[in-house]
Formats: sequence, C-alpha cells, structure tokens
Amino acid sequence: METSSISAKDVNFYYGDFQALRNVSLEMERNTVTALIGPSGCGKSTFLRLLNRMNDLIPGARLEGKVTVDGEDIYGKNVQVVELRKKVGMVFQKPNPFPKSIFENVAYGLRVNGVRDRETIRSRVEESLRGAALWEEVKDKLKRSAFELSGGQQQRLCIARALAVQPSILLMDEPASALDPVSTSKVEDLIYELKKNYTIVIVTHNMQQAARVSDRTAFFYLGKLVEYDRTEKIFTHPSEEATQNYVTGRFG
Amino acid sequence: MKRLKKIAEAIAERVLMVSGFITSLVIVLIVLFLFREGAGLFGKPDVEEGYVLAVNRKNPVEKLSPRQIMEIFDGEITDWKQVGGAEEGIVVFRLNDITDYATEEELGPELDSIPQCLSRILSENSGMIAYVPKQYAADGFTGKRLAEGKITPRSFFGGREWYPTAQPSPQFGVVPLIMGTLWVSLGAILIALPFGLAVAIYMAELAGERIRRALKPAVELLAGIPSVVYGFFGLVVVVPLIQRGFGLPVGETGLAGSLILAVMALPTIITVAEDAIRNTPRAMKESSLALGATHWQTIRRVVLPYSVSGITAAAVLGIGRAIGETMAVLMVTGNAAVIPHTLLEPMRTIPATIAAELGEAPSGGAHYEALFLLGCILFVLTLAVSLSVEFISARRPKQTI
Repeated sequence: METSSISAKDVNFYYGDFQALRNVSLEMERNTVTALIGPSGCGKSTFLRLLNRMNDLIPGARLEGKVTVDGEDIYGKNVQVVELRKKVGMVFQKPNPFPKSIFENVAYGLRVNGVRDRETIRSRVEESLRGAALWEEVKDKLKRSAFELSGGQQQRLCIARALAVQPSILLMDEPASALDPVSTSKVEDLIYELKKNYTIVIVTHNMQQAARVSDRTAFFYLGKLVEYDRTEKIFTHPSEEATQNYVTGRFG
Repeated sequence: MKRLKKIAEAIAERVLMVSGFITSLVIVLIVLFLFREGAGLFGKPDVEEGYVLAVNRKNPVEKLSPRQIMEIFDGEITDWKQVGGAEEGIVVFRLNDITDYATEEELGPELDSIPQCLSRILSENSGMIAYVPKQYAADGFTGKRLAEGKITPRSFFGGREWYPTAQPSPQFGVVPLIMGTLWVSLGAILIALPFGLAVAIYMAELAGERIRRALKPAVELLAGIPSVVYGFFGLVVVVPLIQRGFGLPVGETGLAGSLILAVMALPTIITVAEDAIRNTPRAMKESSLALGATHWQTIRRVVLPYSVSGITAAAVLGIGRAIGETMAVLMVTGNAAVIPHTLLEPMRTIPATIAAELGEAPSGGAHYEALFLLGCILFVLTLAVSLSVEFISARRPKQTI
C-alpha cells in the first residue's frame, strides 16, 4: 500500500484573534509513527486537525504557511477536501461509532464515496476489521448495533472504519484516552501493526504511550514546536530544557 | 440566626411540597370529574327523557333502533315494512299534530282529555307512530308503547351519526367526530412535518449563527399567536383560497383546518427537531466528514439517523398540539359531523364539537354527558400521544462512553 509523507512549513494558525500555532515547521516521513505531545492547549490537536482540514469547520479559523502531503499543497485552490480526507483518515478521542450496525459503520466510508458493489464492500469491511484486529470478535454479529460493543472494541471499530476507505495517513487524536488499560494496550499493538502500511500521526497525553508506539516525537508548547526528534532522544536526552521538564513530569 | 434560617428552609420545603401536592390532586380530580360526568350517558333511554313512542295495538313492531326512529321522523323511512312490520304507510304523529285529529271540545277545556284522545287516534290510524310525553300514555292507554332502548357503549363508539339535538331520538355516534379529528390532525402533520423538518435542519446545520439568531425567535413568536387569530386568518385568507383553488361550493374544509393547524404545530416541531439535530455529537459528524463524506451525506446518513427519535417526538408532539386545538379548527373546518372521505370536505373535530355545543346542552342531560364523554376520548387520545413521546424518547440511542 502506498504511504505518504507530510510536511508543514512556517505554519501559523488562528482561531479568530487567538493564535494557536506559531511558525511550526515539521517533516514526517513515510511509514513512521509520529507522536505529538505537550500540555493541554499547546496546539498539538490543532496541528493534527490541520492535516485533514478538519479545522475548516470552525468559523474564524485561518491558516498561514504551507502544508503538503506527498508534495501537494493541501490548502491549494484546486484541492478537493473530500478527496483529501479519504487519503488522510482520522480516529477521534472518544469512540464514536455511528448509530448503525457494525457492518454499516465500516461500510460507511465506502458508501459515501460511491462504492456500490456488494462484494467489494463485504470484502473491504472484513479486511478493515481484520486490519483493526476486531474481526474475530465481531464476525458473528456484524448486523448488531455498534453501540453494543465495549469502549475498546468501539475504538477499534472506529479505526477499522477509517481503514476501510484505504487512506495512506492515519491521524489519531488521543485514541486511547477514554479506554481502560487492556483496551489501550490492544490499540497500541494495533498502531504498531498499522505502521507497516500507514504513516501515522498520534496526539497523546500519555508519555509512556508516546515512548512505546512512536518513532519520532514532537513536543509542542504554547503553540510553538519546541523540539522534534527521534522518540528515544526526546525521552532520554532532549536538547531543550522545557522538553526535559515535560517528559519527566515536572509540568503539564 | 442559624436556627431562623433552618426554620425558613423547612417552611419553604413544606410550601413547595404542598403546592405540588395540590396541583397533582387538582389534575387528578379534573380527570375524575370528566369521567364521572361522562359515564352517566350509558344506560340512558335512547329517546328524549320523559317521552315515549307508541303505535297501534295491532302493529307487530316491538322495538326500533335510534337510527330507525330518526329516519322515520325525518321522513326517510315511510313504510313499516322497512323496519320489519306489515306493509303499511307510516304516519308520524307529534303532540302538536293533535288538533288535526281532535276538536277542541274533545280535548276538554283544560286539555285534560288528551290521553283518551291519543288512545282513540292511535286505534283509528293503524300505521301511526306517536311521539308523546310519558304521562299521556299512562293508565288506560290503549296504544302499544314501543320498548325503550338504551344508549350503549356500542352505539356511542360505533355510531356513525352525531345529531345530539334530533327529536325524538338524539344520535350520539362519535365515529364522524373521531374521524374528523384524525383526518384534520394527520393532514396537519403531513403538511407540517416536511416543512418543520426542513427548517429544523436548515437552522441546526446550514444557517449561519446570525440567521439562526434571527430565525429562532421568529419561530417561537409563531407559538405565541392566539389561536383565534389563526382561525380568523384562516377564515379570511385560507378558506376563500381553497374554495377558489379547488372549485368547491364551500371553502370550510378539513384541508383549511389542516393548513392552519400545520402552521400552529410548526413551532413545536421545529424547536424539538432542531434540538434533537443539534444534539448529534460533534465528534460523530466530524468522523463522518473525516471519512470523506460531504456535508449533505453527513446530514442524511449520520445526523438524521442519530436524531430520529427526537424528530419522531417532534412529530408526535405536533400531532398532540393539533388534536387538542379548538378555536382555529372550529372557525375553518365547516363543522359538518359527517364521516369524511377526502380532506376537501367539511369536518368536525372533537374539541370543536365540545366548544360549540356545551353552551346549549342542558346540564345533566344525555347531550351534556355525551360531550363529557367526548372530552374523555380527547383526554385518552392526548394521553396516548404523550405516552408515546415518553416511550420514543426513552429509546434514544445511548453512547456507552
């Protein structure tokens, strides 16, 4: 499967008068997991949501600078947002399945993108559920409501739902923060698996999680990218004092 | 000081409790009163109280249904054969007609010979049916009194005629009124729901904040207009439009009522449906968009399914509003108590019937009690509506986390 690289250059982002990101420049390579860490309100979620233009929905939001995926400016004039979002999938903080059956939840992205063929849909649903390590648990109850699943299963369902449209990038906004430890570890294992086929960007508040799953880590503070390096280095020998203080739990 | 505060709090609690208790009690008492007043109808004689029907002694007919009685006295049934008797023309006799059959001398100076005269007249006219006060057909009466029927639940709930002031046998059949109520209400909801839903979706999903802020009070303003004003508007504007538009002899039709009710139900539907739609979790909409769905696909496939119970509740509440509405409907529907076949006929609803007739129904009479029973039916209908709203809201999908 084709994966993609992401690059942000001199990005400033505003919610009305409030500047949420200041001069952020960041390169993410193919098939890596990048963790975005930092205290609440530091801009890490804002940055994540830039990458599939989710912030477009917020009135008064404004971007300066350039964001590219595979070298293509995603804020360019001719970009179809709908197409971009197919390429850049997203998993949210809380599991939020649609009020539909398990099968229909996964099939949703295919249906809205005009896939009609039943066999294609069926096989893609199975593939995605397998990809999200959920198939074995739900294969006998695909017609049941998604709300019947546990929180952890719901979150993996949401991942499967994102996988079904075959994105090349997966954005994850604190995907395990609403889950218990067992579910969390399942989701983390999954992220590790998914890395082979996807470029993953994950926002997390959990330092251990960032250390466990990511190849590179970016530390945001007050809208600025303080430090961006290999995860090992960030957690063992950060160059900046602020990073050191944050990863060792002295603030945040 | 502290002690005083404690006492004040205790008093406040008591006052709240007592007022709550009294309010609930009053509501229960009103309902009980409604049913008590209405329940007396069953078992009442089906002809006017204090009157009897009498025929010639040799007439084989023993009993007539209220409907047959009405048709006989309306001149629609003219031969005894039609009601199971011998082939003979029916002659209708009311007390006023007595001077056609007897002279003043025969009746006596104080009219005290009326009973004897009646007996004589009945025996002379073999096809006659007489509708007279009971006391004139008592001792020494030689005619045959027809058996008294009673108003039964079956004749009330299954009856297809509502002529509460018909003489000698008033007809209390509620089918046309229930049908009228349902037709007008369903018509109203069929008109109001698509428009209400469209406005709700527009306000919740599409309109900018400024438009929404202007639109919402405007919609709520609609709810504040007195219903008589709606009725007046309907009478002056809608009724002539319908009359001309459909080429009808009269414009006061069920459709006019439905249209007016639709406008009146709109604020309820819009407000409730909009709340339901806005309650769709933002994250759910975002995940739909994140999968490459367009805004419209998101509305149709995620937002509407998620808020379907709220939208149903909006529709049912709208129906409830329509069923109970009185004044506007009374003014524009034409009030013909006939079982309707299309919306373009005059119809009469239950609340309009109560409002129009209670003033002229003698207290305690059969008509009065029939109107109270109508009130009970209305109460049960609206209760069913509110209960179904409760039921639907309870089925609202729950997020597990």
